[in-house]
Amino acid sequence: MNSFLDFEKPIAALEARIAELRATASDSALDIGGEIAKLEKKSAGMLAATYARLTPWQKTQVARHPLRPHFLDYVRLAFTDFMPLGGDRRYGEDAAIIGGLALLGDRKVMLIGHEKGHDTASRIRHNFGMGKPEGYRKAIRLMEMASKFGLPVVTLVDTSGAFPGIEAEERGQAEAIARSTEACLALKVPMVAAIVGEGGSGGAVALASANRVLMLEHAVYSVISPEGASSILWRTADKAADAATAMKVTAQDLLDLAVIDAIVPEPMGGAHRDPAQAARALADALADALASLEGGSPADLVRQREERFLAIGSL
Amino acid sequence: MRCGHGGRSPAYFAGLVQTGMSWLSKVRKSLSSLAKRDTPDNLWMKCPNCGEMLFSRDFEANLSVCPRCGHHGRIGAKARFDQILDPGYAVLASPKVAENPLNFRDTKKYADRLKAARAANPYPDALTHAFGTIGGAKAVLGVQDFAFMGGSMGMAVGEAFVAGAGRALAENCGYVICTAAGGARMQEGILSLMQMPKTTVATRRLAAAGLPYIVVLTDPTTGGVTASYAMLGDVHIAEPGALIGFAGQRVIQDTIREKLPDGFQRAEYLHAHGMVDMVVHRQDLKGTLAMLLGYLERKEVA
Repeated sequence: MNSFLDFEKPIAALEARIAELRATASDSALDIGGEIAKLEKKSAGMLAATYARLTPWQKTQVARHPLRPHFLDYVRLAFTDFMPLGGDRRYGEDAAIIGGLALLGDRKVMLIGHEKGHDTASRIRHNFGMGKPEGYRKAIRLMEMASKFGLPVVTLVDTSGAFPGIEAEERGQAEAIARSTEACLALKVPMVAAIVGEGGSGGAVALASANRVLMLEHAVYSVISPEGASSILWRTADKAADAATAMKVTAQDLLDLAVIDAIVPEPMGGAHRDPAQAARALADALADALASLEGGSPADLVRQREERFLAIGSL
Repeated sequence: MRCGHGGRSPAYFAGLVQTGMSWLSKVRKSLSSLAKRDTPDNLWMKCPNCGEMLFSRDFEANLSVCPRCGHHGRIGAKARFDQILDPGYAVLASPKVAENPLNFRDTKKYADRLKAARAANPYPDALTHAFGTIGGAKAVLGVQDFAFMGGSMGMAVGEAFVAGAGRALAENCGYVICTAAGGARMQEGILSLMQMPKTTVATRRLAAAGLPYIVVLTDPTTGGVTASYAMLGDVHIAEPGALIGFAGQRVIQDTIREKLPDGFQRAEYLHAHGMVDMVVHRQDLKGTLAMLLGYLERKEVA
């Protein structure tokens, strides 16, 4: 059922033992309920202790966990009445970036985000969440539509990065990302972005140049993957853990650096252990952020967004 | 005028002076009387494209373009200012930023890398501006210098960009930038990534004021710089043979496991795919900019 990460091995062993005992309990007369309860308590304690002090590299692994909820899970669990809108009207439809109209509680919003897929077939269909120029151009189209109809924009960011490929370069990957960032900054409506898994470089910031930026507790956000930084700066493949620490990729670090505005708590042991609870916390945080932006004039919203980014690096 | 770089990596070009001089150094070392003499180390150089031995002084007099094959060498801010601006320009002070906020260290401390880059370069970071005229047209000119930590965009570059565009707004004139960068400065982590939206705030302000923003893409312009201000100009000019792209060629090759097409991510290739308006030889750059600025001059509304 669960897929354990390397650093969760002691917990996995304990869970296996509990499962074994349960199987024994069901076909034996012995009462081992007390023993099971004791082990379950121990396992929960180990999980809490492990997740309370995840290293940046461990968080990176949690953020990439194959069972971690992705865009379409949140659409199902945190929103209602989703109506997907497709195509960039220029070249094609990119399934790595999905967008459409949705209800968050009773708020109508334009919802856009990266979808990584959950099994081999869907991962290939969604290109592992790596957007192509047509994906970013669709996002621009939908953001402009949201501005026109006064709908706030909500984005869920979860990508290892924009797709590095020949055709993506030929169709202007760099220009599409730059224009998508520009479209975020131009919005006359509130925009809230949530980094729900991996916030990978330009492909992430193109959908995250928002009034408010939230991050799930174990999500990561960085200029380059820890593996990429390891290979370029350390000139070796095995310094990813050091790179993750040095680059400060965690929600807790980025809150300190004022790059994000709030951390959305995850269920104990990560969002993948209870997607429904993760989605409820995300929906609440998004609604709070949108509420805090209501009542501002379009000019105020643009100015607040501009000042937010101008302040980064200024003395 | 055409020159191709073949499949050579940017790192190959960066090493050109040292490579060209190695045989001379060897000769000098073997002749003890010569070794003591104060001979400039860079009297001769080898064109990294065609291999021609060139007098460094002739190469520089030719705008650092190889007279034989037309290869456009990388040049710094001072040389660019002299080539493009009319005499009498003023170099603008570089704005101060929070330095090394992550206290970053890889195999070396970022603080030490910065110190070394400053010792080896005339300006305090990778982007420097001057205000003056280009063929009589008032303009702010920014030049990104690949020699300073690969031209990489950190907070200093972002802040300088905003200041340069701000000066153009104050002077009601055009803003021209010559880009050159491997991308974002990884040693500043997420804060370097945040320079993408930050610089875009500035390009939007130029657009709102109706002022021309012209990008000259020079070798190499890649990564987060291409994916922000380098692709948001009213007009994009590329220097011949310049490497311009989003993803690195090795990353692309590792992802798709196919051979990259000839000339991939070179200026001429981008022109063919509609990403730049024109590819302009360095000797025609000043005239082209002056003409563009003349056409796009801000009209006073009556």
